Amino acid sequence: MRLSVPISAGLAVILIAAACGGGQPQVAVGPDPDSIAREQRIRDSIAAAERARRDSIARAEEARRRAREDSIARARAEMEAVRAMIAERIHFDYDRSNIRPGQDTQVLEQKLRILQANPALRIEIVGHCDERGSDEYNLALGQRRSLAAKQFLVDRGINTDRISVRSMGEEQPLDRASNESAWAMNRRDEFIIIAGGDQLRRPPGM
Amino acid sequence: MRSWLANTGIVTMLVALGAPGAIAQDTIPPVEGGVRLGITYTPGMRPGMLVLGGPRTELLDSVRTILQRDLDFSDQFEVITLPEGDGLMIGISGGSAAASGSTMGPFVNYPLYAALGADYAVGVLMAPDSTRFTVSLYDVRGESVRRQFPLPVGAVSDPDFRMALHRVADGLVRGATGIPGVAATRIAYIVGKQLYVTDADGHGIRAIPTGGSAFSPTWDPNGKRLVYSELDQGLGRLYLHDLESERRRLIPSTDDGLNFAAAFSPDGRLLAFSRGGEDGTHIFSYNLAQDCCLQRLTVGRFSDNLSPTFSPDGRRVAFVSTRVGLPQIYVMSADGTGQELFAPFDYGVTGSSNAPEWSPDGTQLAFHRDVAGSPQVFLMNARSREVRQLTSAGRNEDPSWAPDGRHIAFISNRSGSRQVWIIDTETGRVRQLTSSGNARLPAWSPAIPEPSNPLRQE
Repeated sequence: MRLSVPISAGLAVILIAAACGGGQPQVAVGPDPDSIAREQRIRDSIAAAERARRDSIARAEEARRRAREDSIARARAEMEAVRAMIAERIHFDYDRSNIRPGQDTQVLEQKLRILQANPALRIEIVGHCDERGSDEYNLALGQRRSLAAKQFLVDRGINTDRISVRSMGEEQPLDRASNESAWAMNRRDEFIIIAGGDQLRRPPGM
Repeated sequence: MRSWLANTGIVTMLVALGAPGAIAQDTIPPVEGGVRLGITYTPGMRPGMLVLGGPRTELLDSVRTILQRDLDFSDQFEVITLPEGDGLMIGISGGSAAASGSTMGPFVNYPLYAALGADYAVGVLMAPDSTRFTVSLYDVRGESVRRQFPLPVGAVSDPDFRMALHRVADGLVRGATGIPGVAATRIAYIVGKQLYVTDADGHGIRAIPTGGSAFSPTWDPNGKRLVYSELDQGLGRLYLHDLESERRRLIPSTDDGLNFAAAFSPDGRLLAFSRGGEDGTHIFSYNLAQDCCLQRLTVGRFSDNLSPTFSPDGRRVAFVSTRVGLPQIYVMSADGTGQELFAPFDYGVTGSSNAPEWSPDGTQLAFHRDVAGSPQVFLMNARSREVRQLTSAGRNEDPSWAPDGRHIAFISNRSGSRQVWIIDTETGRVRQLTSSGNARLPAWSPAIPEPSNPLRQE
């Protein structure tokens, strides 16, 4: 049975070819319903195979696209994380400009490693004060606060040209309230990326 | 009574001052505690001053009110205010006499003024042609006219007329005491980002158009120009602003860094100022007269130096330095040599000291110092270096001397918000100058000169 199918199919092909070649209409000889079904099956299987191939290509492409997007998203998220680490503020005691050990030092250490891993990165440090100090002195104090953070980074090997400093004095409070928590929040350094922020690498191990 | 006085030729008008007839905007603001402290502090020590009534018009009443207030604010006199409604009529009649040179002159009731405690009396009369006033200062005990000041008639809403009136008041003060008054002065200050200038009596407040966030104004020695800092994103540029032309120019060499807290040398040739940069904040001077020669006066990577103020002889500069930690007051020669501590302090005990300003006579230095977390205005004797605390109610900061070397404008929050207040350093009497927004960084002008196109003077 298995053999018979290909043979009769072959005959039918020959017959058709003969009929065509003979130039005589073969009215009597209609298509064999079995062979038509077989051909249909063949065509179907070929189409299915083709579909499967195309699907698998599409799936592969989709997977690649997804992988690409994922990696872009991962890179973006990583960069955002790095940017957030750069932007993280440090704070100061009243009328002081020294970097406080603990949290603020850790925040600066993080920035140090990011600056080391991203040689094209340049930042600006902006010192701010609370409203209590003398207005004019606060401009100098804000400058001193930005310089303190810069000095921390320069002392650990970052080129001085990569960090510029500014002071806003008490002119730009984050919280306009007049209480201890507002003052503590307003006594700060802010860190702004001024160059090399498009391609930020996360330092290994961070 | 009125008719009796009229019949006897004695003048009959109620003293307009402080009476309901005075225009509302000239109401004398209450002083601290609602008490006339000027009378409380040194009774009998100061000459009595009586501003006489006389023929009444709204303009004359306003003029008398402005003059009386200026005399009161000079803190040189016991200004005699008469109880309302007791029917006592004190005045002066001009007739055709006062300004016209008539030999008759006005009737001046010296014995009555003396009985009221007046050492001096001031009369305001209008000339018959109504083009000018004559303001006369009478020496009550000497029974004579001490000074006379002609004054072209103007409207009290005209700033130039008001300033001319303030000059007359200063002339009255000088005529009576030999010491010039400070009514014809102005005070610059900042509210928010805006620079304002007001007359010393609190009237004529004017916003000065600047480009951005104005900061730390200071007057040139002529009273015609201001230098202020314009802060912009961590940069500070200094501008020289001419108040007559409203033109301004950038001080060369201040388009870099954070430049602020400038001070003129007394001759107006040098401008000293603070500049923040990569090695902290330091004091520089710039030669305005020759438009050159930026010079750095302080050095040191680890300390800040700022807020310079020249001694009146121009030879020394007091300033703030953080060289031992917290800001304190130092002094140096104008060329930057000989730097030393100026205002003594106890290390670890005395609070931050800031905003020094040398008094116009050179004898004192005003500054503010943190006391228990609040700044208070202090005075230091420039020779003995003895320090005394001048204020204690609320926060009091950024003192600026009046040209009389006696009054100080400063910022206080004692009324709730930060406002410009004025204190008489001799009596301690205070008055509030401004009343809106949150003011800061006041700068008291020298005597304001006559405008370039002056009122006609005789």
